[in-house]
Amino acid sequence: MIKQHYQSIIVQTICSLLIPFIQLFALYVIIHGHYGPGGGFQGGVLLAVSIILQRLYLGNIIAHQKFSPKLALALGAIGMLIFGLSGIVPMIFGGAFLDYENLPLFWVHGAELRALGILIVEIGIGLAVFGTLVLIFDSLVGERW
Amino acid sequence: MRWLNALIMLLFVALMLYATVGLPDHADPQAPANTHVSPTYIEDSVKDTHTPNIVTAVLADYRGYDTLGETIVIFTAGLACVLILMKRKER
Repeated sequence: MIKQHYQSIIVQTICSLLIPFIQLFALYVIIHGHYGPGGGFQGGVLLAVSIILQRLYLGNIIAHQKFSPKLALALGAIGMLIFGLSGIVPMIFGGAFLDYENLPLFWVHGAELRALGILIVEIGIGLAVFGTLVLIFDSLVGERW
Repeated sequence: MRWLNALIMLLFVALMLYATVGLPDHADPQAPANTHVSPTYIEDSVKDTHTPNIVTAVLADYRGYDTLGETIVIFTAGLACVLILMKRKER
């Protein structure tokens, strides 16, 4: 278990400076999946990497107050819920399963709504991958809860 | 027995090599895999989804069901890790 924070001012400063930029890049990768390489899986992994870096340099005690494993589990489940609902809600509104054209967002239509549906699904995938990878790290480190 | 196993493996290798003769060339535009649904994706994905990245359009829209399955697999793997490896608090 990594209990204490890392005893080096250089490591702490660099890590605390790096983490916001990693998270910003992760958001860019998720949002930019329509236009370039990237998407939910890659962006979720980057988000998880930022949280894991925080756990490595802060130690588990402080890092779990900032971001607890239960929050990671909840975020993963919320991501799966977003994906599942974006499949089921169009069925309620008269389409097929995962048919984003029938999402109840009435101010966009047709192909624009499909692009928006892809974005919603990518955000769901990103949250699910993010929560899952943080959970796997926590369980491998041997955390109690 | 070892020689019999080796003979069976050699026959299998010969069978596989014989089967590769009938495969289409690498990156052949007339191959069956490239003439079935790929042209539809390439021509219609921007019109259907307003997404310039064909990979994203196929991943999240045309094959969304597959991606749903992948995400469920990842999430289930994480849950299994938690259930097997996480230690419970001692009372």
